[in-house]
Formats: sequence, C-alpha cells, structure tokens
Amino acid sequence: MTTTLEQAKAAFPDEVVTKAVTRLVPVPGLAKPIALITIDNGFDHTRPSTFGPQSLVSLNAAFDEALAAEPAAIAVTGKPFVFAVGADLSGVEQVSAPEIAREIAQTGHDVFRRFTESSIPTFAFVNGAVMGGGLELALSCHYRTLVSNAAAIAFPEVFLGLFPGWGGTQLLPNLIGADAAVTVIIENALNQNKMLKPAQAAELGIVDVVFDSADYLEQSLAWLAKVVNGEITVSRPEVDRGEAWDAALARGRAFVEAKTHGASPGATKALELLELARKNDLDAGYAAETDGLAELLMTDELRAGLYSFNLVQKRARKPAGAPDKSLARPVTKVGIVGAGLMASQLALLFVRQLKVPVVLTDVDQARVDKGVGYVHGEIDKLQGRKRLSPDAANRLKALVSGSLDKAAFADADFVIEAVFEELSVKQQVFAEVEEHVSAECVLATNTSSLSITEMASKLSHPERVVGFHFFNPVAVLPLLEIVRGEQTDDATLATAFSVGKQLKKSSVLVKDAPAFVVNRLLTRFLGEVIRAVDEGTPFEVADKALDPLGLPMSPLILLQLVGPAVALHVAETMHHAFPDRFGVSENMKRFVAAGKTAVYTWDATGKPQVDPEVAALWQPGTSPLTAAELRDRAEGALAEEIRLMLDEGVVAEAQDIDLCLILGAGWPFWLGGITPYLDRAGVSERVTGKRFLAQGVASVPA
Amino acid sequence: MAAPVAPMTERAVRNVVFVDGVRTPFGKAGPKGIYAETRADDLVVKVIRELLRRHPELPPERVDEVAIAATTQIGDQGLTIGRTAALLAGLPKSVPGYAIDRMCAGAMTAVTTAASGIAFGAYDVVIAGGVEHMGRHPMGEGVDPNPRFLADRLVDTSALVMGQTAENLHDRFPGITKERADAFAAASQAKYDAAVKAGKIGPEFVSVATRSADKGWGLATADEPPRPGTTVEDLAGLKTPFRPHGRVTAGNAAGLNDGATGCLLADEATAVELGLPIGMRLVGYSFAGVEPEVMGVGPVPATEKALARTGLRISDIGLFEVNEAFAVQVLAFLDHFGIADDDPRVNQWGGAIATGHPLASSGVRLMTQLAHQFAERPDVRYGITTMCIGIGMGGTVIWENPHYERSEGSNQHSEGDK
Repeated sequence: MTTTLEQAKAAFPDEVVTKAVTRLVPVPGLAKPIALITIDNGFDHTRPSTFGPQSLVSLNAAFDEALAAEPAAIAVTGKPFVFAVGADLSGVEQVSAPEIAREIAQTGHDVFRRFTESSIPTFAFVNGAVMGGGLELALSCHYRTLVSNAAAIAFPEVFLGLFPGWGGTQLLPNLIGADAAVTVIIENALNQNKMLKPAQAAELGIVDVVFDSADYLEQSLAWLAKVVNGEITVSRPEVDRGEAWDAALARGRAFVEAKTHGASPGATKALELLELARKNDLDAGYAAETDGLAELLMTDELRAGLYSFNLVQKRARKPAGAPDKSLARPVTKVGIVGAGLMASQLALLFVRQLKVPVVLTDVDQARVDKGVGYVHGEIDKLQGRKRLSPDAANRLKALVSGSLDKAAFADADFVIEAVFEELSVKQQVFAEVEEHVSAECVLATNTSSLSITEMASKLSHPERVVGFHFFNPVAVLPLLEIVRGEQTDDATLATAFSVGKQLKKSSVLVKDAPAFVVNRLLTRFLGEVIRAVDEGTPFEVADKALDPLGLPMSPLILLQLVGPAVALHVAETMHHAFPDRFGVSENMKRFVAAGKTAVYTWDATGKPQVDPEVAALWQPGTSPLTAAELRDRAEGALAEEIRLMLDEGVVAEAQDIDLCLILGAGWPFWLGGITPYLDRAGVSERVTGKRFLAQGVASVPA
Repeated sequence: MAAPVAPMTERAVRNVVFVDGVRTPFGKAGPKGIYAETRADDLVVKVIRELLRRHPELPPERVDEVAIAATTQIGDQGLTIGRTAALLAGLPKSVPGYAIDRMCAGAMTAVTTAASGIAFGAYDVVIAGGVEHMGRHPMGEGVDPNPRFLADRLVDTSALVMGQTAENLHDRFPGITKERADAFAAASQAKYDAAVKAGKIGPEFVSVATRSADKGWGLATADEPPRPGTTVEDLAGLKTPFRPHGRVTAGNAAGLNDGATGCLLADEATAVELGLPIGMRLVGYSFAGVEPEVMGVGPVPATEKALARTGLRISDIGLFEVNEAFAVQVLAFLDHFGIADDDPRVNQWGGAIATGHPLASSGVRLMTQLAHQFAERPDVRYGITTMCIGIGMGGTVIWENPHYERSEGSNQHSEGDK
C-alpha cells in the first residue's frame, strides 16, 4: 500500500477513524495463537464503523502486525453489534480531486486483498451489521462466520448510484455464483436497498456458518481452530461460469433497465464488472473496479446519490422548520372523520403505531361498520402472517371503534378528517367536531390540495388546524407533508410532527400553498405530458420521453395509479390557482367522463397498448413533439415550478423538495430527487438563471 | 364442608446427582482484569450454554429450574439473574429461574437448594451456579447495615471486613502463625500450577470472548489470578493491609475476582433415563452459623453437623475441597479435624488462593473439581466441599463417588459399620 498516514489525513481530515487493533489470542486446540484484528471506531452501535483513508491505513498496519507474529490464523471482527458498514460516505463527498478518488479506490483494494492473498488462513467473524466495504473485507477473507442477529447484510452501493468497488463485484459472484450475486448487488439494492437476513446470507453461501449471538465469538474461534486443524473442511459449490452466468447477467440487465432505464451509471457499471468477474481474474477485475470507481466518484450522478442518502438519513429525521419538540401535546385518543378506504387505512396506521383508541365516524352505520371491519380484517391478516401476536391483535382490535355521533371524539386529542375533497364539506365537518372536542384538540386534514387556512377560518380555534397529507399507499410511502396554515400555532404543529414521528413517517414542513409539494410538481409534470399528447404527440412517445429520469413509473401509469378523476380534480384546483402554468385538458375531461381509468390495456402476454376507446375519444392536435422536445419542456416546467415554490417559501430549501419526491413519489435515490438532476442537466440555469444547489452539494466540489 | 384431603401417605426422597460442572476462567477484578469490559450476566450465559453444549442428550426444555447466585444482586447481577441468564442463553421461555445469595456460598446454596427440590420431587433437572464480578461490583457495594448491629453489640465492626475476620481467627488460634499460612499459600500456588501442567485444570473451562475497547477482542482461556512460582520468601514481605504487623496478606488470601460457574444436577433416575453422566451423588449437606467476627471457622461446625446428619466420620472422607478464602481459615479447619497442613487429600489441585474466589461462584468450582477427582479415584468413596461464609457461617456438602469400587483392605468406613 502506498498511502501514508499523512496522505490519508490530508485526504479526509474529519474522518471518524475506524481503528484496527491486533491482539494475539490463544485458542484451545491450536498450538500457536491467532491474530485477532478488531475494527472499532470508538462509538457505540448507533455510529457504525466505516472505512476512510486513515481507517484503511490502520487496518493495513494491523495486518502487518498480525503477519509479523506468524499466527495460526488471522481473523477480523468488529465492535459489538457491528462488523463494518462500508466506506465513509461523508469522506467521499469531500473528494474534489480525481487523484484522491483513485487513491481511495486503490487503497481499499490494496488492503483488503492482503486478506485474500495471505498464506496464513484468514477469517472474517461478521459479528453484526455488514454492508458495502465491510462485506468486501469479509469476502476478502478465506472463511466467514456470521452472527445470528446481524441487523443488516447488504451491498447498498447500487442503491446509492455506486457499485461495490473494493472487490465486491469480483469476489461475490465467484463465491456464490452470478445469479445470487445479481440478486444481492443489483436487485436488492434497487429494491429500496433490501437487506439480507442472516439465514438468507448463509443460504446464498455468502458465509460459511452462522452462530448464535450468545457466544458467537467463542464459537467462531472454536470453528476456526477446527478449520485450521483440518477437522472441518469447508466445501463450497462449484460456480457455473457458462450459461448460468449469461442468464444471470441477462436478468440483471433487464432489472436495471426496468428500474433505471440506463439512467444510473453505477448500476450499469456493476453489470459490466459482474460480466468481467466471470474470468475470476482479480488483477483485471480489481483494476477495472478501481478505474470505474475513480471515474464514478468524480461524477455528479454519484454525488447526487450520496446527497439523497444524507437527506433521508439526516434531514428527514430533523425536519427543517419544525417547532421545539417539547411543545408537542400527548395524543391519547384519535378521531377519524370518515370511514372510507382512506380513513380506514389511516385508522389502521394510527392504531398500529400509536396504540391508542381510534374512533371512526361516518354518516351511516353501514359505512362505519365497513370501516371498522376493514381495520379489524387487516389486523387479522397481520396476525395470520405472524406480524402480530394474538394478544397484540386483540389489543389493537379493541382500540378501534366506530360511531355515528361525533360526541365520541369528546376526549380525543387528535382528530383527522378524510372526507370528500370539497372545502365547504371540510369546513362543516370541522365545525361539527369543534362542538365536541377540547380547545386544544388538534384538527388535522388529509387534504391534498385545499387551503388549510380557509378550512380553519370559520372555527373558534383556527390555531389548532394543521394539514397532514399522506401519500398512497399510506402504509408504504414514508412521506408526510405537514402543512402550517396562517393561524396554526406552534403547539399544534409540534404535536403534528410528534404524531408523524410516532407513525414512523418522515415529515416535511410545507407552507399552505396549493397542492403543497409532491402533488403540485407531479401535476405540473403530468400536465406537460398530457399537453404534449393533446398537441398530437403519440401516447407511447410522450410516455417514454421522461425515461432518462428513471422514474418509478411512467407518467401514464402514474395517472392510472392516482386515478384520472383525482388527477383531473387536482389539475382543476391548480388551474384555478395558477391558470398560466396549469392547464385543464379537454381530452382528460372526456377521458374521465367516459369512466376510463387507464390509457393502456394489456394483452394476454402483458404487453400494453393504447386502449382503442381512449384513442377514439382523445382529439389530438397536429403538432406532435419529439421525445426530446417533450423532455425539455417537462424538465423546464419542473425547474420553473420548483423555483417559484422556493421563492414563495413553500418549503425551506431545495433539499426539502427532493426529500418529498424521494419519499412521497418514489423518485430515484440515485437521481438525488430532482434538483441535482436539473442542475446537472443545465435546466435550472437555462430556465431560472441559477442552480438550485451550490456547486459541491450533490455535485463534485469545484 | 368437604372432608379434608388425606395426606400423601409416603414421600420418597430421590437421589440427587451432580452431572457435570463448568466454569469461566477466573479473572482479576479491576480495570486491568480480563473481564473488565465483560458483563457478569454474559459470564453466566456462557456457562449455561457450555453445559447444554456438553450434554446434547439433555433436551433444554427438561431443565426445570435455573438457580444462579450472586452476592451483589444489582446491575448486571440483578434482575433475577437466574431467569434473565436462562433467557439470554436461549433456554426455552418455559424454563424458570431465580437468584440466590449466601455470600461466598452462593453457588453452594444454589446447589443445595435446587438439589433439595430434586430430592423432594419438584424438579428432575436443574442448572445451579453462581457469578461474581467483583470488578463491576466491589464487595459491599450498596450495603446499608442496620445501625443496631453495632448499637446492640450484635457484631464487632470487624465482622463485615473479611480480612479483619481472618486476623481475628489468627487471634483465636495462636498456633496458626503467619508462617504456616504463607507456607500453605505457597503450596496452593504450587499444587495449582502442577495441576494445570498435568491438564487437571482446564477441561472444566468455557472460553469467554473478552472485549477491550483499547486492545480489541480477546479470549479468556486460563485463570488470570494464579502466581506460579510463589515462594514463602515472596509472601513473607507482603503488606498486612488489615492490621499493622498482622498476618493476613494478599498472598495468603484469595484475591478479588471475576468469574462464573454452573453445574447440572439431576434426579438419579432421570439422569439414567436421559443418559446423563453421574459425576457425584449427593449424600448430605449442612450450613452452620458462627460468630461473624470469626466467620472463617464456619466450615468446622458445618462439617460436624453434616457428618452427624449423614452418619459419617471425618475418617470416611477421602477427598476435601476446602475453599481458600484465607489460608488461616483452611488451617483452622484442618487443625480441628487433626489433618496435616499438607495432607494430600486436601485441595490437591490448589485452591482459591491460586485460582481466585469470585464470591458467589466458588462453591460449584469446588464441586466440579471434586467430581473430576472422584473419576480418577475409584478408591475414594466420600468427599466434601466446604467453605466459610461472610456474616459468620460455614457450609459443607458431602458427596459420594459413583466410581467407587470397594477393595480388600479398604479403610473406608462402610455402611454396615454405622
């Protein structure tokens, strides 16, 4: 290894160094001691150990010390509950010089490879969370044991827009086969960074053996002794480098295409390296990883992925502009106005997370019964899937009740309405609720587009009204837009944030502006697509034009998910607010009036085609756009809208826009939400005259 | 009113056997000790798991009780450690557990109490043991003695300081000199060292992974306290911390230590049914109180009482495992029964002066060693484990060797001689 400690410090002065210490440990059954290297950053498990330049220098020195002792074996393990979770990403963000990027890539290889090429047997005792570079260190060892309670096992790199570049793409497929490697490196990563459970990791052959947590290290050492003594021979299946490799790569390519449409260089590079790994030539494979990493680390695309990671890990946990937590009032009972599907889903969420009485009200007993029945049914299903114990299911079911009389809300601390999206209806509902509840009871609305201020305006206590906007499906999408009306007080807002946190949602504070953040942007964006179709662009061309953004679903599929009627309603609301920028398509009106719910129909093979009835009712113009023209227009529209929203103060910063799109609309992590993309593509400057984010934020520092 | 239920006419007392015992290596208490950053409950967990691992013939759900002793039952030694350690060790939730305390005789009392439950028919198989992490829980942590102890002159102020009670014992038996105590201590170190080299000490160990934030993970595979090569000359110069010009030193007493022990006990018929080995058979036990100021003399009345209750004589006892809290206390016991200081039947593998004395754990260490010695000595029929106990007590357990083979000319006291 060429890096000195001084160079390492210079590369990343603020590194939280993971120190590696070597200890000679006697192991029963072995004549010589083993060298046990512990890697530990000195913090508890809430700050897992990572590898930055100085950490790698430390690990290298520990390996030197181990070798010098001529031990029976060299083993590496971590601090309690954590093995290591990979490269120090905050260090990567600071890298501004290409030679440093290359140095990081090269150093990881140099140090880890010593474990692979050691003539003394090497063991990884994976005693806890293991991700990315941590997993690569483990894979670099000759043998691996895993603790039964490891919290996280994954290669999250592709999820972040990266690829496992310290040996992962070469070692894993040659250990467990290309198909399983594609699952771990590509598929799991792009499925919202899905983690492996210890049993799965063992099943895939990533580790040789799993030991219980109660005496994991002792049993790992006893196992090591048997392996070293030859009492245990570790056998691993032969890897098929022929057709199975082809098939695995084909599956990986199809998956990456479907998920990213080629828009994530990290995923594409990972596939390339997995193909290269077929030759099982570490020199060539590692050189390609180093080249790829050195290049990728200096791209804005990767920086955008890291930016997203920070948004979700840090900003989402400390919402910008939220009032002091201590102002929050306890919520010991929840009322829900309405017992329809949305209301029932909210009831299920509240009762599961808050575990307090939840009362649903509606206008007739049949609806109330249906709503309560839905919640009880879902709880039964959870019990059936063993997600809830019988006792827990009994507890939750007993907490959910229905009533025709809003007097049932008398002792509630938080009442949320999910009734028809009509201002006067909601005003009336709140007025009725106010007759029964205390003056402090928070009145929340799940409106997606109506004004919170107007909704509160006729109440005796308008300061208790707050917007609480969930995203469908409520149980899945983590975003909650919390909307402050003009009169909303801090205690109400703090309570809303507290409830949001208890519901395990990521809350973003939003100003009371039409359609808030996510729906406003999606409506603007969808509006441009519909407008292009109205002008004569074929459905298929319009729908694919935005593929380079790597969105989770194409615009017309999104339309189908949202429901054309709802989309039209929001479009009309937005048109009313901003007639210059939000149109209402006559074709859409016809489409909705005809009761259509989707543009496409699917044939028996699952291939979509435009529904002939939709094609018939749509009256297109005669000036079609090319995909590129539409993309320019849609991107420009997004940039314009975001600039206006920031200028209006809808959210505190561009970061909140991105957080909303990542968490509420499932926009790709590796894109950084949207503003890094718009900056990178030059759209922001072209349309608004300036970037959204300073150079160096979600981009390589100047 | 219903007629009273007729009492059970007869209750058969069942035979109780000591199946097997294990222990962690013992460590020195304090920030430099091997267990400085290891929890006490984790030590117990390792012991329980080792017992189960060594006896796959025992279905874990057949364990009816987990009795774990600790003197200071707070922190990682609190929370009903028998129950929590059982859960942490992965025993089925249906297996109950409790915590028990009789200071130095904690594990011994866990054994006698649980064994009594077996004899009564309440349990078939139990795990009994003890732990003391004197580094995390120094002796006397959190105690609050009732002021009446002194006001009513119930005890002398020295009664709660074990080293002072040992000095008091020297006063009572002037024939036990510092020189005798030091010679006994040096012999204990030498016997222990020889036993380690002969492979007698070690088979009962469960290795423990030890954390050190600075040094990284290690593995405890050997006792830390012993000082092989200790001579009487080395010992002569040590300070006497409990009295100026006293006799009790760090060298002729057990140290402050961390460690855990555990054993499997079973009803003999159940042991046979499950195929569990029989290491020893319980014959009887007694605890006795003495003046707290001379707690070290406790083993004398405890042993007399146990012998009387079982109808045995001291001459029937072929092996002695006497806890060496202090050399003076062992010597007082030997003098009482007319046994020589260097009698080969006594502590033949050394004792707590060498290996250490993590208070509530030591009783089962004595028993495990006795069981191993029984296996080597089919000529011996009976052995005892005995120890002195703080606040003025002694405890003695008499065991029978299941490997005993009666031979011609044996001088063992036979049943028929009673």
